[in-house]
Amino acid sequence: MSDRVTVAKTYKLYIGGKFPRSESGRSYPVTDSKGAFLANAAQGSRKDARDAVAAARKAFPGWSGATAYNRGQVLYRVAEVLEGRREQFATEVAASEGVALKKAQSLVDTAIDRWVWYAGWTDKIAAVLGSSNPVAGPYFSFSTPEPTGVVAVLAPQQSSLLGLVSVIAPVIASGNTAVVITSQDRPLPAITLSEVLATSDVPGGVVNIITGRTAEIAPWLASHADVNALDLTGAPESIRADLQRSAAGTVKRVLRNKASEDFSVTPDLSRIRAYLETKTVWHPMGV
Amino acid sequence: MWEYAPAPESRDIANLRPNYRMFVDGQFVEGSGEPLKTVNPATEEVLAEVSTASQSDVDTAVKAARRAYDRVWSKMPGSERAKYIYRIARQIQERGRELAVLETLDNGKPIKESRDVDVPTAASHFFYHAGWADKLDHAGYGPDPKPLGVAGQVIPWNFPLLMAAWKIAPALACGNTVVLKPAETTPLTALVLADIIAQCDLPPGVVNIIPGAGDVGAALVGHEDVNKVAFTGSTDVGKIIQGQLAGTDKKLTLELGGKAANIVFDDAPLDQAVEGIVNGIFFNQGHVCCAGSRLLVQESIADELLEKLHARVSTLRVGDPLDKNTDVGAINSREQLAKIKELTESGEAEGAQRWTSSCPLPDKGFFFAPTVFSNVSQAMRIAREEIFGPVLSVLTFRTPEEAVAKANNTPYGLSAGIWTEKGSRILWMAQRMRAGVVWSNTFNRFDPTAPFGGYQESGFGREGGRTGLEAYLDV
Repeated sequence: MSDRVTVAKTYKLYIGGKFPRSESGRSYPVTDSKGAFLANAAQGSRKDARDAVAAARKAFPGWSGATAYNRGQVLYRVAEVLEGRREQFATEVAASEGVALKKAQSLVDTAIDRWVWYAGWTDKIAAVLGSSNPVAGPYFSFSTPEPTGVVAVLAPQQSSLLGLVSVIAPVIASGNTAVVITSQDRPLPAITLSEVLATSDVPGGVVNIITGRTAEIAPWLASHADVNALDLTGAPESIRADLQRSAAGTVKRVLRNKASEDFSVTPDLSRIRAYLETKTVWHPMGV
Repeated sequence: MWEYAPAPESRDIANLRPNYRMFVDGQFVEGSGEPLKTVNPATEEVLAEVSTASQSDVDTAVKAARRAYDRVWSKMPGSERAKYIYRIARQIQERGRELAVLETLDNGKPIKESRDVDVPTAASHFFYHAGWADKLDHAGYGPDPKPLGVAGQVIPWNFPLLMAAWKIAPALACGNTVVLKPAETTPLTALVLADIIAQCDLPPGVVNIIPGAGDVGAALVGHEDVNKVAFTGSTDVGKIIQGQLAGTDKKLTLELGGKAANIVFDDAPLDQAVEGIVNGIFFNQGHVCCAGSRLLVQESIADELLEKLHARVSTLRVGDPLDKNTDVGAINSREQLAKIKELTESGEAEGAQRWTSSCPLPDKGFFFAPTVFSNVSQAMRIAREEIFGPVLSVLTFRTPEEAVAKANNTPYGLSAGIWTEKGSRILWMAQRMRAGVVWSNTFNRFDPTAPFGGYQESGFGREGGRTGLEAYLDV
C-alpha cells in the first residue's frame, strides 16, 4: 500500500448542470451505517430548492421537446457511464447501507439494469399508452401521452442507489424534469450519480439533486406553484398528509408510493404513467 | 334576416312530477335532509321538490354501495356487468326525448343541445363502457385489474345527465359501485336515470343517487368507506377536496375549470372559424369548463374577424330553451348570473371594450345577452378568471410563438382551439398547448372513445377511452 494521501471528495448539490454549495452555507456530516464519518454533504435550503425548480422549468422545453430516440440515447449513455463507475458506487452503497460489498455490487448492477430498462421505454410510451380514437363523427382524433412538467421527487431513504434510480428514471424517460431530494442519511451515491448525469449528455437542469433534511425542504416543493407533480416515496410518515394538503393548493399530481416499495423487482408502468398527461387532438376529415 | 315562428317542444314530455326522492339501495326513499326546490331558470318557477340526503343518509348510501360491491357486483363476471350497462344505454335512448325536455327545464339549456348532445352522448358513454366490462384484461393495466370499491362522485350543473353518465359508466364497467351526488340546482335527470337503472334491474345498491348541496358532497367524499372520489366542478372546490383527502388511501380524479385559448391564424377560413368561435363560447350559455373563452386572433385579421363575429353573434336567438330555434338558453341560476355580471363589469372597469348583442331577452328568468370584449389584456380578470357564461374575451398576437405563450399563460389547462389551414402549423401548435384537449379547426367535440381531462389546475385523470379506465382500477 502506498502511503499517499488521497484526494478527498467534496460533495455538493447539483442544480442546473452545475455543482454549487448550498446557498445557506450549511453542510452536515454523513456517516456510514456504523456511525463512522464519511464526508460532509451540503445541507440544501428552501432557496436551493427554488433554484432547482427554476432550473428544472428552464430545462423542460428542451428535454420534453427532444425526440424520444434522443432521450433514449442520452439515458442509455447514463447507463454506460454508471457501468464505468460500478466499483465506486458499490463502495458507497456498501458504506451507506451497511451491506457487504458483494451485495452492494449486486444492488449496483440491478440499478444499472433498471436504468437501461427505463432508457428503452422513451420511444415506446406513446405507442403503448397513446391511442387513435374511433369517434362517432367525421374527425380524426388521437391521444398522446405528454410529460406533466417539473416533478419533485423525495427519494427513498433506505435504498440509496437502486431506489434512487428507480424513482428518477421514470420521471425523465417521458420528458419531465426533476428536482430530487436525496436520502437524508445516505446521500453519497446520489451525489456520485449527479456526476454521472453531468458527464453523460443529460442537459443541465433535467435532473437537479439536493442533499439535506427531507422534512425541511419538501414542504417548499409541495407548495411551489411551478412544480407539477410530487413523489412522496421518501417522505417521512409524519409529514406525508401535510405535503399532500400543500400539493392540493396547485392541484399537483401526487404519487403516494411508500418507502416499503420493493425496488428489486422489475417495475410496471405505474411510475411512468404517474407523470404523464394525456392530450387528445381532434381534426375534421373532409375534402 | 329570417323571422322564426316559435317551435316549442312540449314540456309534458318531461313527465315532470311534483316530488322526486333520492335513490338508495334500489329504492326511492325520502332523504332526511331539508328538501330542495329545483327551479326552471328560464321562468323562475319551481319545477319540483326534491328530497336531499343528510349525513346519515350519506352513510346509508355508502353502506348500500359497499354491500352491493362485496356481495354482488365485484363477484359478477364482467360479461354479466356489461349487459346491465348496455341495458342502461338502451333505455336512455328509448327515453331520450323525456330526458332532453326534463334537462332543458331543469338546466335552462336549449332543447336542441340537450336533444342532440347531452342525451345521445350520455347513452353512448354507457354503450362504450359496457363493452369494456369483460375486456379489462386487454386495457393495458396487466392481467385481471381490480376495481377500487365504492366510488363517491360529485357532479356539476352544466351537463347534469351527461356528467352522471361520464361518472357512472366507467365506474360500473370496472366493477365499482357508486354513490353519486348531482348538483343542487339540477337533480332531476339524475333521478330519472335512477329510475332507468331500477328498470334495468341493476342489483340494489350498485348505483345510489343522493341529491343535496355542497355539504352532502363533502360528507360523501370524506366518508371513510369510500375508496374512490371523482369530482367535476370548480377548481376552488377541487382543491378543497384534494386537501380533504390528504393522508387517505382514496384514489382521486378531478375535472376542474378552464380558460381555454381559441387561436385563429390569418390563413384560417374565417367563416368556419367564426362558427367555431361561436360554438366554443356560446354552446350551453358558456357553462362549459372547456369553453373557448379567450379568443386569440392574429393581429392582421383581428378587425375583419371581429366584424364577422359581431354579425354572427347578433343572429343568435336567446330565449325559451324549449323552443327548437333557440341558440342560447337560460343561465342556470341567479347566483351564476350575478357572477357573470360582476365579471363583465370588471372587464369594463379595467378598460376592455364591451360589445353585447342587441337580441331581445325574455322578461322573466335568468338570461344574459352574448357579449364580446375586445382590447383585452392578459392582466384583466376577464382574461384570467373562468366566467362560465356567454362572454368572450378577445386578445391579439403577431407570431405563433406569441400565441403559444399567451395560450399557456394560465394556471388552467383543459382545452385549446387552433384555426389555420396549414397542417404543419396545427401539429406544431397542438404539441405546444399545455391542455388536455386540442380542437383544431373544430371545437367542443366529445366522444366516449376520446380521453378528456386537464393539465395543471384543470385537474388530473382522464374520462373516456382506454386511458379513462385507470381512474376506476386499482392500478
